[in-house]
Amino acid sequence: MVTGQFFRKMGAVSAAAMALMPMLASAQEAGRGHPEPGQFHLQESVTPIMDSIVAFHDGILMWTITLIVLFVLALLVVIVVRFNAKANPVPARFTHNTLIEVIWTVVPILILVVIAIPSFGVLSDQMTVPDGERKYLGANIFSLGEVEVPEATITIKASGEQWYWNYEYVDQGVAFDSNILSEAEIAELKPGQPRLLAVNNELVVPVDTTVRLQVTASPTGVIHAFAVPSFGIKVDAVPGRLNETWFNARETGIYYGQCSELCGKDHAYMPIAVRVVSADEYEAFVAALAESRNYDTAAAVLPAL
Amino acid sequence: MANTANLEAHATGHDHASHGHHTPTGWRRWVYSTNHKDIGIMYLVFSIIAGVIGGLLSGAMRLELQEPGIQIFHGLAAMSYGLEGDAALDAGKHMFNVFVSAHALIMVFFTVMPATMGGFANYFAPLMIGAPDTAFPRINNVAFWLLPPALLLTVMSMFFEGPSGALGFGGGWTAYPPLSTSGHPGPATDFVIFSLHVAGVSSILGAINLITTILNMRAPGMTLHKMPLFAWSVLVTAFLLLLALPVLAGAITMMLTDRNFGTTFFNPDGGGDPILYQHLFWFFGHPEVYIMILPGFGIVSHIVATFSRKPVFGYMAMAYAMVAIGFVGFVVWAHHMYTTGLSLDVQRYFVAATMVIAVPTGVKIFSWIATMWGGSITFRIPMLWAIGFIFLFTVGGVTGVVLANAGADRALHDTYYVVAHFHYVLSLGAVFSIFAGWYYWYPKMFGYMYSEFLGKLHFWVMFAGVNLIFFPQHFLGLAGMPRRYIDYPDAFALWNRVSSVGYYVTFVAMIIFFYATWEASRKKRPAGNNPWGDGATTLEWTLSSPPPFHQFSTLPKIESKDAH
Repeated sequence: MVTGQFFRKMGAVSAAAMALMPMLASAQEAGRGHPEPGQFHLQESVTPIMDSIVAFHDGILMWTITLIVLFVLALLVVIVVRFNAKANPVPARFTHNTLIEVIWTVVPILILVVIAIPSFGVLSDQMTVPDGERKYLGANIFSLGEVEVPEATITIKASGEQWYWNYEYVDQGVAFDSNILSEAEIAELKPGQPRLLAVNNELVVPVDTTVRLQVTASPTGVIHAFAVPSFGIKVDAVPGRLNETWFNARETGIYYGQCSELCGKDHAYMPIAVRVVSADEYEAFVAALAESRNYDTAAAVLPAL
Repeated sequence: MANTANLEAHATGHDHASHGHHTPTGWRRWVYSTNHKDIGIMYLVFSIIAGVIGGLLSGAMRLELQEPGIQIFHGLAAMSYGLEGDAALDAGKHMFNVFVSAHALIMVFFTVMPATMGGFANYFAPLMIGAPDTAFPRINNVAFWLLPPALLLTVMSMFFEGPSGALGFGGGWTAYPPLSTSGHPGPATDFVIFSLHVAGVSSILGAINLITTILNMRAPGMTLHKMPLFAWSVLVTAFLLLLALPVLAGAITMMLTDRNFGTTFFNPDGGGDPILYQHLFWFFGHPEVYIMILPGFGIVSHIVATFSRKPVFGYMAMAYAMVAIGFVGFVVWAHHMYTTGLSLDVQRYFVAATMVIAVPTGVKIFSWIATMWGGSITFRIPMLWAIGFIFLFTVGGVTGVVLANAGADRALHDTYYVVAHFHYVLSLGAVFSIFAGWYYWYPKMFGYMYSEFLGKLHFWVMFAGVNLIFFPQHFLGLAGMPRRYIDYPDAFALWNRVSSVGYYVTFVAMIIFFYATWEASRKKRPAGNNPWGDGATTLEWTLSSPPPFHQFSTLPKIESKDAH
C-alpha cells in the first residue's frame, strides 16, 4: 500500500513538526482508544463528535489561549525591561486612556464571538441524536454541517453500579456486567491489555453505526459518569434519571474510558471498554448473546483479540 | 463597653482619645479581642496553620500518585486502623478520597478565605478607609472564634465512620448526594455539614461586619469612588458571601434532613433529585471561587501601583470590573454541570454567560499592565508575587475560557485539566496574591523587615514548584485522566511523576517561607512607617508600624482628588 506508506510518512513528518511545538496538540501520534505514555494532547478521534472537539480545541482554543498568554507575557517582559527604576527613573502619571480601554474591552468580545460560533455548533452536534437528515460538523467546525450520520439504529443502556458497569442491549432485552480485570487476570485472559482499563466483558458495538446510548445508575446507588475520550462522549449516570448521548465509531478496535464522577472507594476501578467490530460480527455476537444469555459464549463468535 | 463608647465617639467625630481605656494584655488580649488588627493577625495565623494541614494532605496525595499502582495509602490505612491485606487496601482507597475532600475543604474554607477576608480585610480595610475599627467589633470576635471549632469538626470527620466500615468523609468538597447521603451512612458527613454550617455563620457575620464598616465608617471625604481598590474588593466579596453562603447552608441542611430525618430532597426514591443539590451547591460554589480571588485582585492593584510609583490605571473600570465579575458570577453556576444532562438550550446559555466573565477579567489584567506601563518599577518582593500572580492568573483564566465551552468541556470535564485550571487560579492565583499581601504588609503588621534574599528565594522556588505541579496536569487532563483517582493507567505515569516532583520543590519553598518569617522576627530590622516610598499612598502607610492599638482617634480628612 504505497498510499498508506505515504500517509504514514506524512504522519511522521507532521508528528515531528508538532513535537517542536508542544502547545500544538496533535492527535496524530497517539495510539487509538487509550492514552499513550507521556501524551500531552487529546486522544485520537474515531467519531464525528470527537473530530469536532479536536478541531475546536486544537484548531481554535489552543491557538487563542496560547497567543493571549504569550501576549501578556510579552507585555510583562517589555515592562520589566523598559520600565524598571534604572531605565525609567521618573514615572509617568497617566491614569486613563479611553481609546485603549475601549480596545481591550471590545477585542476580547470579538475573540469570544469567534470562539462562540463553532462552540455552539460543536455543542449542538453533541446534544442532537442523528435522525439521518441532520448534517454534522465533523472536523470542519466552521461549516454548516457536511458529515452525514445515519439515524440511530441501536439502543444501549449503560448503568453505573458500585463499582462496575451494566450494559443492556435494549432491543434484545439482554444485559451483562462489565468488571475490571486485575493484573493477574489480564496476564491470563487478555495479555497486553492496559492495566486499570481492561475489563472482562467489553461493550460490543458495530462500526459505522449510530448507537443511541442511554446512561443511568442503580436507583439506590450513586452518581457515576460514562466517558469514552476517543468518542468525545461523557455523560453522568444519575440515579433516577435517564441521560442520552450517541456515537458513531468509524474504526474497529477497543476504546477505553473511565468513570468520571467520584463514586466511592473504587471510583478508579470501574473502567469502560467499548469493542467496535464489523456489522457482521456484531450481528453474530448479539444473536448469540440473546440466545445464550451468556457473554463468554457470545464473545466466542468474535475473532480473538 | 469602653471600646464601643470610644468607637461611637469617633464615628460622630468627637475626639475622645484622652479617655481611659487600657490595652489588654496576655491571653485576654487575643481571646476577648474586639480589635480588628489583633483579630486580623489571629485569622492569618489560623490560615497558616490550616494551610499546613491542607498542604500536608496534598503531599500524601502527590506521594501516592507519584507512581502507578498504590504506593502509600494501604500502608497509611494499615498503620491508622490496624488492618491488613485487602481490608487495608480498601480502607486506603477510601482514605485517599477522604484526603482529597479534606484538602479541598481546608484550603477553601480555612486557608484562603480566612487569609483574605479574615486577615487582610479585617486588618487593612478599616485602615484604608480611615476607620478606627470595624463596625461590630464583638461580632468580629465571634466570627473568628467560630472558625477553630469549624476546622476541628472537619478534621474530626476524618476519624468517624463514613461509608459502612470505613472512616472519614470521601465525597469531595462538592459532597454530591447520593454518595454523601446513602453512600456515607456514618456520622463523618454530618461532621462536615456541621463544620460548613459553622464556617458559613462565621463568614456571614464577617461579611455583615465588613459591609457595614465600609459603607458607614469611611473617613470624611472618602466617597465610594475615592475608596482604595482593596476596600472595593472586600466590599464586593462580602456581598458575594452574604448572598451565596445561605444557599449552601440551605443545601447542606436539606442534605442533613435527607440523611437523618427521612426527607427525600435529593433522593429519587422519594421523588427528589440529586441534580437539585448540584444546582444549589454551585449557585454557592461559583461565587465562592470569586470570593477566593477578588480580594487578591484588590491586593495586587495596590502592590502594582506602589512599586510602579504610579496611580492605578482605570480606577473606575477596575472597581466596576470587580462588581461585574461578582454579579455575573451568580448566573454561571451550571457550567460545572455540563455533563449532568442539561438540555441543549440551558448549556448554550451557560456557555454564553460564562464567556462574558472573560471581559471584565481581561479589563483587570490589562489595567494592571497599563498601571505598570510607564512606571518606574522596583522589583521588591511583593511586586514579584504580584507580577507572578498576573501571569499565572492569566494562564488559569484562559483555560477557564476553554472549559466554558460545553462542547470542549465534554472532553475535559472531571479530568486533571480542570484540576490544573482551578489550581492555576487558586493555588497559584489566590495564594500568590496572599503571599503578595503578606510580604507587602508584613512590615506594617509587625514593624520589621524580612530578608530580601529569603523573600526572593521563596518566590522563585515556589514559582518553579507550583508550575511544575500543575502545568503537566493540563496534559494529563487532555489525555483523559479523570480526577479524584488513587491509581491511573500506566500511560499517565510521566506527567504524574513530574507533578509530584513539583510538590517537593513547593515543600522546600514553604520551608523557606517559615524560615524567612522566623528570621525576620529574630533580626528585628525596623521597617519604619512606610518602607515602600512615595508609591504607597493609602492611609495605612501614614501610621506607625505596627499601627497603634487604636488608630485614627482624629479621623483623617480625605481631600486629594485621587485618594486611591
